[in-house]
Amino acid sequence: MKKMCEKIFDKKHISRTISYLVVIAGFIIIQLMMNTVGIKSLFRSLLVPTCCYIVAALSLNLVVGVSGELSLGHSGFMSVGAFVGIIISGLLEPYLAINWLRLLIAMFVGGLVAGIVGLFISVPVLKLQGDYLAIVTLAFCQIIKSLLNNIYLGVANNGLHFSFIQNKVVLSNGGRMLLSGPMGATATTRIATFTAGFLLILFSLLIIYNLTYSRFGRTIMAARDNRIAAESVGIHIRNTKMLAFVISAILAGMSGALFGLNYSTLQPAKFDFNLSILILVYVVLGGLGNMTGTIFATIILYVLPELLRGLQDYRILIYSIILILIMLVTNNQNLKEKVETLIMKIKTRFLKKGSAAND
Amino acid sequence: MAFLSYLISGMGLGSVYAIIALGYTMVYGIAKMLNFAHGDVIMIGAYTAFYCLTVFKLSTFASIVITVVLCTVLGILIERLAYRPLRKASSLAVLITAIGVSYFLQNLAQILFGTDPKVFPELMRNSTFALFDEQLTLSFKTLLTIIVCILIMIFLIVFVNKTKTGKAMRACSQDKEAAQLMGINVDNTISITFAIGSGLAAIAAILLCITYSTFTPTLGSMPGIKAFTAAVFGGIGSIPGAFIGGLLLGIIETLTKAYLSTQLSDAIVFMVLIIVLLIKPSGLLGKRIHEKV
Amino acid sequence: MTKLVQYPSGAYVLERDIYSTPVLETYHLGIDFGGLSAVNNFNIIVGPTEISGLIGPNGAGKTTVFNLLTKVYQPSKGTILVNGHDTSKMTTVDVNKAGVARTFQNIRLFEKMSVVDNVKVAMNNSMHYNPLSAIFRTPKYYREEKRIHQEALELLDIFNMSDLAETEAGSLPYGAQRRLEIVRALATKPSLLLLDEPAAGMNPNETKELMETIRNIRDKFNIAIILIEHDMSLVMNICEGIAVLNYGRIIAKGTPKDIQNNPVVIEAYLGKPEQED
Repeated sequence: MKKMCEKIFDKKHISRTISYLVVIAGFIIIQLMMNTVGIKSLFRSLLVPTCCYIVAALSLNLVVGVSGELSLGHSGFMSVGAFVGIIISGLLEPYLAINWLRLLIAMFVGGLVAGIVGLFISVPVLKLQGDYLAIVTLAFCQIIKSLLNNIYLGVANNGLHFSFIQNKVVLSNGGRMLLSGPMGATATTRIATFTAGFLLILFSLLIIYNLTYSRFGRTIMAARDNRIAAESVGIHIRNTKMLAFVISAILAGMSGALFGLNYSTLQPAKFDFNLSILILVYVVLGGLGNMTGTIFATIILYVLPELLRGLQDYRILIYSIILILIMLVTNNQNLKEKVETLIMKIKTRFLKKGSAAND
Repeated sequence: MAFLSYLISGMGLGSVYAIIALGYTMVYGIAKMLNFAHGDVIMIGAYTAFYCLTVFKLSTFASIVITVVLCTVLGILIERLAYRPLRKASSLAVLITAIGVSYFLQNLAQILFGTDPKVFPELMRNSTFALFDEQLTLSFKTLLTIIVCILIMIFLIVFVNKTKTGKAMRACSQDKEAAQLMGINVDNTISITFAIGSGLAAIAAILLCITYSTFTPTLGSMPGIKAFTAAVFGGIGSIPGAFIGGLLLGIIETLTKAYLSTQLSDAIVFMVLIIVLLIKPSGLLGKRIHEKV
Repeated sequence: MTKLVQYPSGAYVLERDIYSTPVLETYHLGIDFGGLSAVNNFNIIVGPTEISGLIGPNGAGKTTVFNLLTKVYQPSKGTILVNGHDTSKMTTVDVNKAGVARTFQNIRLFEKMSVVDNVKVAMNNSMHYNPLSAIFRTPKYYREEKRIHQEALELLDIFNMSDLAETEAGSLPYGAQRRLEIVRALATKPSLLLLDEPAAGMNPNETKELMETIRNIRDKFNIAIILIEHDMSLVMNICEGIAVLNYGRIIAKGTPKDIQNNPVVIEAYLGKPEQED
């Protein structure tokens, strides 16, 4: 028991412990509020998407923060997960009435397919570096979007009907369209729950932390810090980065599936380049490689503007300013020092006030 | 004959890509950064020209001059405020900042000008003339675009190779520290590069508006990304490369739309980018750079 | 000092290594950079326990040779054999697995990682558990992590660095960073260690210590070492064979004594003979 305590409060693992505690505490508080004082329906409707964005941001942080490669196509993996999840859930609906089990299967398959897509994409993507790598992930995201915009899929008594580019799907009586091109999914049964979102966040944290604190995490970070040195000690850079990329795609796919099953209608256009950037902002604000920070950043940046309706129009404008300022302050030595002295000044002033009050 | 007319309109579109790609390629060659906000400078240029022509009722020539000047100033400002402090930072940080700037401009435009599409006034009558017994009709706009593009490219090649500033640019693109030791003001040279790139963006904006006539705050993002593809295609850092890359990309896109599918044309353009980067990452006319160990 | 003897091929090798496979052989090795031949006709044989030196004026192509040996650059001509195996189809990673480890002229540590993690990264290829067992923390994960942690600490201990194990590598003093690079290279269990200017930036005392360290490494790990160095007292004291490089070509090979008295070398590199002791 003592050993376990030591392990949990070991300096190295303290950030991990805090992450788990924050998530669990958040879940308990919200559950208690729902059961006692109640929560406004607007806030309630934000719970599942917030969980999805947190998982998407955590998984993007694995690629951008831990592995050090800028991926601009994260929303592509989410959309693959979302639409695969919607299709799976739609297909299983007549046979499987247990919602949570169907959700679980849909999320699992959605994540799996996104992971396979990620694996395919990672082969060409990881041959490149830096800006080129970023632009190719963006290109793949656009390709995925255009393909999804052209898929028509329906299910009827006599099986699946599929057509590409033009809607030639004709369904017999009782048939349902699962995907109809640019309209996307139009009649999804909403089975996503907040509890599922909470569990997915915990699962993502488990995967990301356990991977980071293992031989794989070490090689991923070594490849990020110094590519040539990593190769010189026998680290296969591409395999290493591929692992981070694929795991990130799987988690993004799972979050997408949960997201897709939270709305009755969903268009492929929802998962555009803007969404990738939005998630990137959460990651950058939360801190590259900092998972707890990412969770807080997502909650603050996603939930606050939704609640303050007046801010809606200015939301992305404010995000972009935040993004630029954070980059400037964290990467420019002069600005960094200035901000640090400012923070010190504020701190000392507050401490003085505090001690004066105590006297 | 249909093929030939598609080919020529593809060259027209490609010329616009080429002009934008020239801006990307010059900045990339010298600052070694992907200026993600380049496409949004185009968008600001389009709005400037639009307001000059409609609200302030200025002449075409005055509007073009004002647009070019404003975009140039904007380009210099962006470089000063957002990119210069990050000259020693990692490429990841610079790229994220550039994306931030792009987003800032796009959303600022949305708030200032609204998201509804604006209709650009006719600057010239859409005159066409026919060739080969009226089998091939050419639009004057397309020809103008191609000619402007060729003139710009010739000007840039002469500028970079023959003038003192051009030599300073080439020196900076090879080794900034050495250039500095030789008495070249690296900061100014980079500013001039951004100025030229943004001036070109203004011209591209006007040509885009003449061709498509309606525009929104997201005008710049797609042509921006495609022009970057063109720059990579031709070999980043190379001026003739950007021209050839732009033309080829325009032709590929137009032919895809004509013969395959309009909806998949973007997907195919991006496939081209991916294939080029995988087979010849240095592009058609680019040079490969070794990392020093 | 051990004697150098000649192979039938004409190459020199230490007397004690004459009957074992050389750890490194290069034949007609060369590379061109856009028409400029940076290294040309580079032939060298290194015995399994030899400490040899690669010297030459700045820009002679010494580091390029290391980059060729570790496949950072692909040679334009010639063959490299490591422990008798042809490396022409190998990458940097494969060459390391075949037994070549190196340090860098400008230190390349994983700066944001701890000292012990730097070493553990290099031991990665001797660890056997898959991502699933990392994610679900199977007993195998704990067993392997414990073993590797022990091994890394033991290795650090040999270089008196075990108390720095949890320090961030980037914050170490310069000398310690150089030492850590050597430890990291050794952690891959090489049979040939390439040291690129290990004494650069060190004071005479530190250099002396380094000299002892290099000898100890050879004796303890039983491996061959090639070092690029400008500090002549270091090179002449510990190297058993020396190759002198100028304009990408070997202009002289032999024992330190041969090199010191070689007029070609003196002309190309050492300057006036009375400056040397």
